[in-house]
Amino acid sequence: MLVLQTLVLGPAHGHTIAHAIERGSEEVLQIEHGSLYPALHRLEDRGWIASFWGTSENNRKARYYRLTPAGRKQLHAQTARWEQVVRAIGRILRPATE
Amino acid sequence: MGLRRYLRRAHWDRERLAEIESYIQIETDEKIALGMTPAEAGAAARRKFGNPTLVREEIFNMNTITSLDDLVRDVRYALRALRHNPTFTLVALLTLAIGIGANTAVFSVVNRVLIQPLPYPDAGQLVALSHKAPGAQGLPGLAGELPLSASMYVTYTEQNRTLQSLGVWATGTENVTGKGEPEQVRTVYLSGGVLQALGEPPLSGRWLAREDEKPGTTTVMLTYGYWQRRFGGDASIIGRKITVNMRPREIVGVMPRNFRFLDTNAELLMPLTFDRSKLMLPGFGLQCIARLKPGVTLGDAAADLARLVPVWMNSWPMVSGVDPHIYENWRITPTVRSLKDEVLGNVANTLWVLMGTIGIVMMIASANVANLLLVRAEARQRELAIRSALGAARGRIVREMLIESTLLGFLGGLLGLILAHAGVQLLVRRAPANLPRLGEISIDPLALVFTLLVSVVSGLLFGLVPALKYAGPRIAQALHSGGRSASHSRERHRARNVLVVAQVAMSLVLLVSAGLMIRTLRALSAVEPGFTQPENLQTVQTFIPGALIKEDERVIRTQNDIADKLAAIPEVSSVAFGSELTLQGGNGDWDVICSEHQPLDPAAIPPARLFKYVSPAWFTTMGTRLVAGREYTWTDIYERRPFAVISQNLAREMFGGAAAAVGKRISTCLPKAPLREVIGVVQDIRENGVQEAAPAIVYWPVFGNNIYPKDLGGNFRLSRGATFIIRSPRAGSEKLLSQLNQAVWSVNASLPLASVRTMGDIYNRSVARSSFTMVMLSTASAMALTLGIIGIYGVISYAVSQRRREIGIRLALGAQQQELRLMFLRSGLVLAGIGVVLGLGAAAGLAQLMRTLLFGVSPLDPLTYVLVSVVLIAAAVLASYLPARRAAAVDPVEALKVE
Repeated sequence: MLVLQTLVLGPAHGHTIAHAIERGSEEVLQIEHGSLYPALHRLEDRGWIASFWGTSENNRKARYYRLTPAGRKQLHAQTARWEQVVRAIGRILRPATE
Repeated sequence: MGLRRYLRRAHWDRERLAEIESYIQIETDEKIALGMTPAEAGAAARRKFGNPTLVREEIFNMNTITSLDDLVRDVRYALRALRHNPTFTLVALLTLAIGIGANTAVFSVVNRVLIQPLPYPDAGQLVALSHKAPGAQGLPGLAGELPLSASMYVTYTEQNRTLQSLGVWATGTENVTGKGEPEQVRTVYLSGGVLQALGEPPLSGRWLAREDEKPGTTTVMLTYGYWQRRFGGDASIIGRKITVNMRPREIVGVMPRNFRFLDTNAELLMPLTFDRSKLMLPGFGLQCIARLKPGVTLGDAAADLARLVPVWMNSWPMVSGVDPHIYENWRITPTVRSLKDEVLGNVANTLWVLMGTIGIVMMIASANVANLLLVRAEARQRELAIRSALGAARGRIVREMLIESTLLGFLGGLLGLILAHAGVQLLVRRAPANLPRLGEISIDPLALVFTLLVSVVSGLLFGLVPALKYAGPRIAQALHSGGRSASHSRERHRARNVLVVAQVAMSLVLLVSAGLMIRTLRALSAVEPGFTQPENLQTVQTFIPGALIKEDERVIRTQNDIADKLAAIPEVSSVAFGSELTLQGGNGDWDVICSEHQPLDPAAIPPARLFKYVSPAWFTTMGTRLVAGREYTWTDIYERRPFAVISQNLAREMFGGAAAAVGKRISTCLPKAPLREVIGVVQDIRENGVQEAAPAIVYWPVFGNNIYPKDLGGNFRLSRGATFIIRSPRAGSEKLLSQLNQAVWSVNASLPLASVRTMGDIYNRSVARSSFTMVMLSTASAMALTLGIIGIYGVISYAVSQRRREIGIRLALGAQQQELRLMFLRSGLVLAGIGVVLGLGAAAGLAQLMRTLLFGVSPLDPLTYVLVSVVLIAAAVLASYLPARRAAAVDPVEALKVE
């Protein structure tokens, strides 16, 4: 979901995505960047993202990923569900505020 | 989707590798930009990324279908294992290939002939119609059946409630002249309703229909083959004329290529014509087919038609002077059979026997391969045990062994398919020519599926035995004793012994059935058919149409001239001719006969007798023995003397003996029918095939006064068709044939010859089914016997090799060589003995199924059973003697030292 969210802004390559996730989560999710690639492969296999070879900002060959329409739908669905879950958890954890 | 991914996993691996490298470069670039040295930057980038190999493996596995991957590996492994054991592989593959090949070949035939529907639309609704008439004894027609008369056809067609369409037909041969050499072609006469019932639309033009039944109609339809052959497939053929029997006929339609009229080889379809106003009750010579209305059963249709029999009896006139109600005594009951059964006749039986036979051979072959695999598994026991100890799961080992055996089965099947292709050609060539639907046979998709099934299933079956036996968790035992065993427990031999017993039993069944067929064939050849040396008898047919020669007497003169010319050909010893009666027109070739002293008793109609019309020298030429009296002379013929010749069985039945019959006078029972004097009695002839009883026959002169009263069909009786028989040692040769043609054309140039055959062909054809079955069964049982012997030999010699140590000890302790030999011989004999006993029981049961194929021999023929058992036991003795001798020759010192 994080990967999909990253790609909403436009196509990006693996390096950018890894750093974006790291920054976006305020360094909470410290991961080995390599573990991103199986995830990318799985998403691509499911048809949620598509990839193509391009050139990076500093002129390196890099594989770019972009969100497909199916992926966009999936993101919306998952975001909605996530928010639902978060709200539910919130309600359970803070019953006093009601 | 998954499979595609699987097949492209190498591609994706390369892609991801490139991508990982690109990541590391970009990261390195960034680190350098932050001020690191390139070496530090590279290392940091790699650290950041993690382990690239792990990442690649994860992706690679994501793309992998595990089971498929394992399967591919196991198949590769199995292939390698088979390659390393070329002798085993070759023997197993050959055994299987022969078994599977033979099965596929026979199945192709069975499938085409028995399983596939007839090649007509909705063939399931098609039926053949005939009658049983138990009250009319000895109908010499079709196997005791009463075909239809034209009047029956009209009544049935107009008044039935269960049939969509009904039609009658009869076969014939006709002269076609005009373009090219005159020729005689096979034809079939069809009433309206026949083609309509079959439902196969014409390629062009129209069907023959009810309006073509009017007398004098000159229409005709062509089959595809004849259209191609005679007219080169001319597209403008409809409406053109073809000269049949010297009369032009208008071609109204052509049938499509795949159309064949039942199992006839008819080339022309002619309309069956009759004058409705002159129809009478009798004239039973027409075959009938019909198409049931949807939802109607055979029983419904039979009941519907049974209702119409009395209607028919009251609707039409009878021959004058005869009470029409004589037919009530005949107890005519319609029979309705599916058309397929009718066309197939009793061929189904032969084919099922054949299929069963070949199935047994396949089982024996499978048993042999299972034995081979058992031996191999035993040899590999140590290896399997080690693998098991190292943690290979039982299922895994079972699977591996099954994959190996299935692979064997599959490869055997592939080889078998090649053999089957050759086998089908052989079958088609060897099969009796009267096997219906022969032309349609080929290896088709269903047969392919069948082969695949047989291969895989047999592979699984014979692989299962060793797999279950040896994959078991007996590691300790196997490792402990593997390779240095003393002797094996009884239990370890049991599987192989059971297989051998089964093989022997099945071989015995096959040998018995082959033996019974051989006895059948011997019985058949011992039957006196009523003619001698049929291979030296050439037969040809001619037909003299009325448009060519009008006067009756000139027709007979012409036929006589032809006979004289033929007799003048060198090396021809004798020539005669007789009637060639087409069933067309109804005035059948059989009727009742009364003697002067026993006039017709309306209450007890005598049985019908077969009528034939013959020229002088007919019996001499055929080789039919004259029992009493004399043959016709030409003087008898031309002076139209009222004579008759009858067969011996008729003479015995009517007059008590051949000598007593001569001089008696007989007639066709009608009040004013002329009496004719019996001048000769001849030997019986197996007219309906060697297996069938000889019918009673009356031989009338080929030309003469009518045998019926004058008010029925004129003064003379004459057949324009003539079958010439020519006795010559050169019968069947091309040279004789061209001389025959020359001789006939020198008399009249527009007369074609047809149905050129030797009596030998005709005779062989009548026993073809028996000899075909015999050849097939003999081949199969020879295969079974060989496989069975190999099986016994294999088991005994394996036992010997496994028990070398024990033998050594026995010898060392003073056992005599002879005793040892006997010991192994005995174990072989015990196996064979049990197999023989079981096999005898099975054979006695199965032979009952062959009953209809047998002739002159009981299904429980003691001679065959005893002989076959002796042969099998002898073979078993031989097969176990060789290894037994080897056992006795073991050197005790060697045997004990080996380990």
